Amino acid sequence: MSAVLEIEGLRKTYKSRRRGVRNALDGFDMRVETGQVHGFLGPNGSGKTTTLRTLLGLIRPDGGRMAILGHEVPAALPTVAGQIGAIVESPQFFPHFTARDTLSLLANAGQVPATRVDEVLELVGLRDRAGDRVKTYSLGMKQRLAVASALLKNPKLLILDEPANGLDPGGIREMRSLMRDLAESGMTVVVSSHILGEIQLICDSVTIISLGRRVAFGPVDEVLAAHSHGTVRVRLDAAEDLAAAAEVLSRNGVPVARHPDHLLLNGVEKPAMVNRLLAEHHLYASELAPVSVDLESVFLELTNTAPVPGQHRQVDESVRIGGAEQSGRAGGGWGA
Amino acid sequence: MSLYVTELRRLAKRRLTRIMLVLLVLGLAGVATALAFSSQQRSPAVVAQAQADADAQYRQAAKDWEKMVAECDAAQARGEQTEERYGPNCGRDWQPQPDMFDPEWSLPYEFNFRGEFEMIVAVFAGAVALFGFVVGASFVGAEWSTGGMMNLLLWRPRRLAVLGTKLAALLSLLAGVTVLLGALWTAAFWLIASTRGSTEKVTAGVWQSVGLGGLRALALILVAGAVAFALASLGRHTAMALGVAVGIGVISEIGIRIGTAIAGVSFGDRYVLSTYAMAWFEKQHKLLDYEACNLVQGACEPAEMIITWQQSGLLFGIGSALILFAAFWIMRRRDVA
Ligand SMILES: Nc1ncnc2c1ncn2[C@@H]1O[C@H](COP(=O)(O)OP(=O)(O)OP(=O)(O)O)[C@@H](O)[C@H]1O
Ligand SMILES: [Mg+2]
Repeated sequence: MSAVLEIEGLRKTYKSRRRGVRNALDGFDMRVETGQVHGFLGPNGSGKTTTLRTLLGLIRPDGGRMAILGHEVPAALPTVAGQIGAIVESPQFFPHFTARDTLSLLANAGQVPATRVDEVLELVGLRDRAGDRVKTYSLGMKQRLAVASALLKNPKLLILDEPANGLDPGGIREMRSLMRDLAESGMTVVVSSHILGEIQLICDSVTIISLGRRVAFGPVDEVLAAHSHGTVRVRLDAAEDLAAAAEVLSRNGVPVARHPDHLLLNGVEKPAMVNRLLAEHHLYASELAPVSVDLESVFLELTNTAPVPGQHRQVDESVRIGGAEQSGRAGGGWGA
Repeated sequence: MSLYVTELRRLAKRRLTRIMLVLLVLGLAGVATALAFSSQQRSPAVVAQAQADADAQYRQAAKDWEKMVAECDAAQARGEQTEERYGPNCGRDWQPQPDMFDPEWSLPYEFNFRGEFEMIVAVFAGAVALFGFVVGASFVGAEWSTGGMMNLLLWRPRRLAVLGTKLAALLSLLAGVTVLLGALWTAAFWLIASTRGSTEKVTAGVWQSVGLGGLRALALILVAGAVAFALASLGRHTAMALGVAVGIGVISEIGIRIGTAIAGVSFGDRYVLSTYAMAWFEKQHKLLDYEACNLVQGACEPAEMIITWQQSGLLFGIGSALILFAAFWIMRRRDVA
């Protein structure tokens, strides 16, 4: 499979006289294969939008290389721009124009046939409101218009930065099937979102970014498998035996977490082994089930952003990989 | 090409463009109407009336003078002091003369195409330049501040081409509006001159200089639009251009005037922008140095300084070129976020 999108060692540094230097992107890598729906995940401020903006030539990188559809960008952007549809973080439109005017001006500028305008308006469900001024649109309607503008070119690569932002449940579900359909028709979709349930449903692969660096990537099931840690849930016939069971298991080197009516074990490769161990001590499991992790918990673990009771996690307090050469403050942020 | 047509369409679709255009037309029509009403043709009857008025005024004045002299003589005969009240020699030296009562002064105002149209062109240029400034600033300023520019750059990643095309669209609209309204403006004043004023001595040479004045007006309007465009693009906001304009206006027209007056600088007005705008239209603008005059000693010939339209052209040309260059330079490099 060939890559539609390749990013290697991308760097973007924001310098501010007062606050020093911020590495928004710190040697970031990413690769998206043709025809995939690729999820681009990361905590707030981790650099997703910065990556997409850089990719689209809106901001200049300070280092690294990028290629779209085999062309080096930003140099070749004028050549490939016609094949990329993108929305970057709830795009704004000129508020006094109607949706149809907005799209038709874009279509004109990009030499897209005018008939395409009504097609995409229909596609995103704005057909009957297309004559209204954008100013009068609700958040979700603006978002739909943004998606319409990205689809206008019928692109080979569709980049959507938080497309579900403001969509109603029906809209989110439509967006899900839209992306699936587009991918089936051969389009490659890169979607950044915080709604991980959605991502898990629609994405073939993901890239997870934290503080400007890639912390995980690959097909969704591989990422999940790599971080499931062989978690197993154990219930016993008699709840009062839980303490004894926990005792036995931890004595045998299995990490145990106690819950009121069950135990959670970690790093279990063969659940049968657990069963044997318990039976030897006359404890009988009524349930012994591998726990399938979801993307959300993997994400929280990988980025180290799971909420801790009694603490208020600040942005930029997520995991930094290979960050030894970084400034001393834990979690990065504005360095010297 | 498609981008150029698109940008023209965008510009024409904008509400501000349309509103400003309506205001501009209304304003210009107002000026023309007011002038048409105040102008009255000097028909033989009007001229005769003015002559009669002047004659009557002269006769009245002569009568008053005779009466005054007579009063004065009588007072002198009574042995009173008259110097103070009637002047020396009983004011006999101040006998009114017929030529002191020019019938010209009694004539109503008559619009003279040859003499006044150049000034009328300057008024037109000022109004359209203001239109160009506001429309130019908001055309690109609103695009930046609403994110429209970012959207467009996703479609057309060649930034300089995008900004240049937008500028070209703006300038062609301004040129079109100027030519069209300019033609109407000329026709309107020609009509006023021929029905309610005078078209005397409007020779081919006069038309030529009207044409040149029109070209200078066009240049000023395009420069105003381009500078506003560049400033708004630099500041990514319409308000940037308007703010700079107001700031420069205040500093140049008020601050420098007051400052140079206090400091007693000769020809302080040569540092004021409006001097150059006037010179641009008048072909040369004369500054007088009253600072050098000692008015207590009576009349004085103040020193002169001439500002030519070439100097204005140079100043405006270099200034706007610098601002445009900065706008394009920054456009090439900046992060669009
Ligand atoms: N113009 C800017 N000047 C300075 N810092 C910036 C600028 N734009 C972004 N940053 C910083 O770069 C980092 C990455 O921001 P970015 O917008 O890419 O995050 P994100 O992953 O899109 O977050 P979110 O999920 O909240 O959208 C943040 O720390 C942000 O503060
Ligand atoms: Mg973002």
